Amino acid sequence: MSDGTTEYPDLENWSCPLPLRDHPQIVMGHGGGGRLSAELVQHLFLPAFDGTALAGTLQQLGDAAVIDLGGQRLAFSTDSYVVRPRFFPGGNVGDLAVNGTVNDVSMTGAQPIALSVGMILEEGMRLDELGRISESMGRAARLAGVSIVTGDTKVVDSGHGDGVFINTAGIGLVPAGLDLGPHRVRPGDSIIVSGAIGMHGIAVMSVREGLEFGSDIVTDSAPLNGLVQSLLGSGVDVHMMRDPTRGGVAASLNEIAATSRTGMQIVERSVPVPDDVRAACGFLGLDPLYVANEGKLIAFVAAADTELALATMRDHEYGREATLIGTVVEEHPGVVVAKTGIGGTRVVDLPLAEQLPRIC
Amino acid sequence: MKYLDEFSDPDLAASLLEEIRQTVTQPWAIMEVCGGQTHTIIRNGIDQLLPEQVTLIHGPGCPVCVTPLETIDRALAIAARPDVIFCSFGDMIRVPGSSTDLFRIKSDGGDIRIVYSPLDAVRLAQANPDKQVVFFGIGFETTAPANAMTVTMAKQLGLTNFSLLVSHVLVPPAIRAIMDAPTRRVQGFLAAGHVCTVMGMSQYTTLVDEYHVPIVVTGFEPLDVLEGIRRVLVQLEAGRAELENAYARAVHPDGNPTAQAVVNEVFTTCDRAWRGIGVIPQSGWRLSDEYAEFDAELRFDVQAITAEESPLCRSGEVLQGLIKPNQCSAFGKECTPRKPLGAPMVSSEGACAAYYQFRRLDAEVSA
Repeated sequence: MSDGTTEYPDLENWSCPLPLRDHPQIVMGHGGGGRLSAELVQHLFLPAFDGTALAGTLQQLGDAAVIDLGGQRLAFSTDSYVVRPRFFPGGNVGDLAVNGTVNDVSMTGAQPIALSVGMILEEGMRLDELGRISESMGRAARLAGVSIVTGDTKVVDSGHGDGVFINTAGIGLVPAGLDLGPHRVRPGDSIIVSGAIGMHGIAVMSVREGLEFGSDIVTDSAPLNGLVQSLLGSGVDVHMMRDPTRGGVAASLNEIAATSRTGMQIVERSVPVPDDVRAACGFLGLDPLYVANEGKLIAFVAAADTELALATMRDHEYGREATLIGTVVEEHPGVVVAKTGIGGTRVVDLPLAEQLPRIC
Repeated sequence: MKYLDEFSDPDLAASLLEEIRQTVTQPWAIMEVCGGQTHTIIRNGIDQLLPEQVTLIHGPGCPVCVTPLETIDRALAIAARPDVIFCSFGDMIRVPGSSTDLFRIKSDGGDIRIVYSPLDAVRLAQANPDKQVVFFGIGFETTAPANAMTVTMAKQLGLTNFSLLVSHVLVPPAIRAIMDAPTRRVQGFLAAGHVCTVMGMSQYTTLVDEYHVPIVVTGFEPLDVLEGIRRVLVQLEAGRAELENAYARAVHPDGNPTAQAVVNEVFTTCDRAWRGIGVIPQSGWRLSDEYAEFDAELRFDVQAITAEESPLCRSGEVLQGLIKPNQCSAFGKECTPRKPLGAPMVSSEGACAAYYQFRRLDAEVSA
């Protein structure tokens, strides 16, 4: 396709002269985990938060920060949960808020220890519903073996919230000698996904107002710290892990390709997608690679350890369908390419914002 | 998955591709009319698997892409009104107008809803009697019956707070416009299967006879598209021009008479502007006079809103296959997927947007 005459657009190092020029105010896409979210962080938050002792940690933009405390390394992460509807097949905003932060901390290799919970409640929120959500949080914490140790409650006027917004933050300790991150991802690494993708996003969508459709799909929301510990304990040379939540597997792979300056090649046919998810994506015009997961991880492991990694993960209840989906390559750094079902190739781009159902 | 996996089987795809390779002896240019087929082609990399002699020209068949700037500006003006709940298909939300888009109107407090079925918009009108509910009725013949039904339903229910902003476009006049262009390159067409599911095949017989061009009614799964391409090529190589149905599992030659009846009752044919192409005579549907009371353009008096497309944009030539996207001076500069000037850069499978993605790969590979 290259004819060598046209000047290439600058695609990789796009930086707007006027920060966020396209959107002078917040639009929903800024929270979608795609390009708009990334730009908001890059152009507004990072410059504003700069100039402190550990600001360099923020620049790494991992799911969790790792802070050296003189000998011990603390993993620290926070996330806010504003899912609508609050209850969806297989879970609710409460267990999501616990598992999500447990997983973000776990991706550093740390065993999560403690969580904080901040509740922003809207006037009029029903106590029985709040009770059910809180009980789910307690159950999820016990299952993950993590303690909720501090919290805060605020109430906002009716109409100024959406029932309940939950913020959780979590800490854990990274084992000595363990070094995970995009800087360790290199060509030849195997890309393994711990199980079937797309379930959480489709489960939530199936009960969203205006989009309801009959489906047996339930969220995959689950704590991944156990799976991570077994994988690390097996001796597999793990280079990096990421839980592909918002923006799905596609967004995670794109981010890692960009930060590690490597290319990613995945084989579409090998990506485990449940039939129900595929069917729902088919009629909504969505791509499962971009649909959110809440109980899956992507592991980058040394090629020689691929089989051991797969076997170890499959031994764990949250990794039964662990699958090799692709390889890190030297070619096309920063770009994710999929080999399609019938043998063609396509670029799997970073989404601009949330995926929208297509008309045709 | 039953009825889906069968149509993306890699072995069958390989044998179809082999048949195509053996069929082709010279260069041919085929247009797939429908955006859904373009999506399948890009998603599966079909264009790269075909022999070099076969050029696929992505036609103007993405309804989101061809909706004129003017209509989008009118939609935005209506959606910004505080008394309006504005309903749209999902992917229309992102398409920019002259100065804003529906996302930004939403962030300014506009009530914008994504609906999956147009009839959900009618239900919203019932549930919100103090609001004006407007549905953005876009699409080809495929979406027309459901969009038409919103109006018949609103009439039956006596709803005075529901209206339709109509920007319907029709396939056969577009094929005619492409074949009438003095610079035309297209030698065969994949007709849009789902359009024919509704409208039947008779309109295409005329086109085949008049222009002596092969037209194959084609489905949307990878094997459907490959089979459509194969059949067009077989005809071209044999010097034949016929209408074939390669999507018989969904298309009856007469189409769907019930759907046609509701469309004929509610809509009437009109001239329509296509983004990046211009006005094509008798290429659209508007609400018939009998249903004019449900016309959002009249109800909100937005007909005076006009918009000029960028003079830089050469998408008309791209859509006819006369230039490659990167031969347009705005490509990748003034015009990118996030700031599209013309139709083919708007949607991810538009010819320019698809080219932009693959240039990215090429650029990285050669870097």
